[in-house]
Amino acid sequence: MSDAGIDQSRRTWIAITCGAGAVGGAATAIPFVSTFAPSERARAAGAAVEVDISAIQPGEKLTVEWRGKPVWIIRRTPEQLAALPTLDNQLADPASARTQYPTPGYAKNGHRSIKPEFFVGVGICTHLGCSPSDRLTPGPQASLPDDWAGGFLCACHGSTFDVAGRVYKNKPAPDNLEVPPHMYLSDAVLLIGEDKKA
Amino acid sequence: MAEFKQAPAGASVAEQAMTWVDNRFPASKLYKEHLSEYYAPKNFNFWYFFGALAMLVLVIQIVTGIFLTMHYKPDAAMAFASVEYIMRDVPWGWLVRYMHSTGASAFFVIVYLHMWRGMIYGSYQKPRELIWVFGCAIFLCLMAEAFMGYLLPWGQMSYWGAQVIINLFAAIPFIGPDLSLLIRGDYVVGDATLNRFFAFHVIALPLVLLGLVVAHIIALHEVGSNNPDGVEIKAKKDPKTGIPLDGIPFHPYYTVHDILGVSVFLMIFTAVIFFAPEGGGYFLEFNNFIPADPLKTPLHIAPVWYFTPYYSMLRAVTDPMVNVFAVLVALAAVLAVLKGGLAGKWKVAVLVVAAVGVVALKVFDAKFWGVVVMGAAVLVLFPLPWLDRSPVKSIRYRPSWVRWLYGMFVVNFFVLGYLGIKPPSDIGTLVSQAGTLFYFGFFLLMPWWSRIGEFKPVPDRVVFHAH
Repeated sequence: MSDAGIDQSRRTWIAITCGAGAVGGAATAIPFVSTFAPSERARAAGAAVEVDISAIQPGEKLTVEWRGKPVWIIRRTPEQLAALPTLDNQLADPASARTQYPTPGYAKNGHRSIKPEFFVGVGICTHLGCSPSDRLTPGPQASLPDDWAGGFLCACHGSTFDVAGRVYKNKPAPDNLEVPPHMYLSDAVLLIGEDKKA
Repeated sequence: MAEFKQAPAGASVAEQAMTWVDNRFPASKLYKEHLSEYYAPKNFNFWYFFGALAMLVLVIQIVTGIFLTMHYKPDAAMAFASVEYIMRDVPWGWLVRYMHSTGASAFFVIVYLHMWRGMIYGSYQKPRELIWVFGCAIFLCLMAEAFMGYLLPWGQMSYWGAQVIINLFAAIPFIGPDLSLLIRGDYVVGDATLNRFFAFHVIALPLVLLGLVVAHIIALHEVGSNNPDGVEIKAKKDPKTGIPLDGIPFHPYYTVHDILGVSVFLMIFTAVIFFAPEGGGYFLEFNNFIPADPLKTPLHIAPVWYFTPYYSMLRAVTDPMVNVFAVLVALAAVLAVLKGGLAGKWKVAVLVVAAVGVVALKVFDAKFWGVVVMGAAVLVLFPLPWLDRSPVKSIRYRPSWVRWLYGMFVVNFFVLGYLGIKPPSDIGTLVSQAGTLFYFGFFLLMPWWSRIGEFKPVPDRVVFHAH
């Protein structure tokens, strides 16, 4: 390099070239980062699932897969339904008011479902995504309080839910189990994934 | 640019060939600079085996990994079966697979010991700061590599471990849910996730890892190795040759020396591969021999042993712990204002930052702060060269109580690791909360405690008793 004066116009051009190059480089990153997003096929796989619920007996649970997640359909007994309102003061969000996993309007009631008998919910803990296990029998048992009313226990980090998927207070999970969009096509056929107001 | 050299008259064919090469590629120069004329201190001890061993395990992982990819199928429908196919039907496939899975655990054992060596002998202190920083980047890269590799067998622990860890990212405010969607590439951990983790595991991260290892070694060979005494051997050179008086050429002395370390390591390594490849459920978890089932979570989820200290810290962050953090932040700010000797406007700045910190702690979920703590536990290693204000390098010449402190640090790390494999319990949470505070206290208070006490005189030359 000579000590002769700096050619300012060349400096300007170098700066402009570097700037343009950086913009071009950053723009090239967009398509690459975009490939990380769910593909059209993955989006399409979110299609609704039809389920025949006529064979479920009271007190039984059926698990079906929707968008790769377990969806539970529980036919609750009259005793279980009767117990639900008595639990409200032990629950974190008894009225399903939180909006992280918004509960559809038709399930924003005491039993969190369209038909009181059938509860439809995503069986994925709202804490870190484990699938809670059935603890439907009431009464004292391992890892649960002595006045346990029946429901679900997430073994990963100890969150508990009642038979309407409502989370108990002071547990790692902040939210009630998600209620997926769903509708009844007939008395026996349930559609999970769509809830057209027909 | 080097002069064009001529082989001397009557030189052998080999010598002429070498001269031909050296005129076109610095083969002899590289050999001398990094092996035959790289002078390492003569007082290396047991702890100095682990750098070479880490390189060996890296090679084992790359070679076995290449052979595994020849049979493995990165497809959610076929992955689990293809791993079992490698184990049962591919000739010697079980050996290659067990070398790779055991190699992952061996890698972490060696890297933890290697980092520990750096900590006790002050190998990160001036002028070796960048060696340490590159090393920490290698560690971070290795963690990502191990996490993504663990998804590939597509067993229950692969699946649910990834599910839990990816959901941690969802806890980040505002961008979290979109970020976790971008990592998974689907609404649940699925084929897209497996496929991209495979790509990262077999090509993207290994390339970064290799680049970082090269940078680590170039930086090391630029400044020269530290030693158990923390004495700079370059300070005392032979006036005639200019070679450090306490230095010996890496080759043949340390190459031969490292053969001993390699032999002992391979005895242990092969013993594990042949007799306990699952490591009692710690190297390969038993639930991972069950194919991934998105509808059913195993009853107990724990990461592989090398992540458990960090997992413990993650779980330690509950609402009461966040309150403790808030109090500590406030306390630190008050101390800085009262004792820090700061100018007026900086005092205000400290208070504003602390207030923002406390508000943020209370506004965002404890789940998010758990993620922050887990990340910070690794990132806090990076600034170690600047946190340590000790006037001497080696623990040999630091105040005696410092040994107890380093001993407690190790015990604490093991306790956190043990708690991380256990299901959560009330007492376990309390202990891991204390352990988390100790871990961060050790590093963040280092600028103060590392200066306290009576330091012992550092000798001029390294201490070495020939045998």
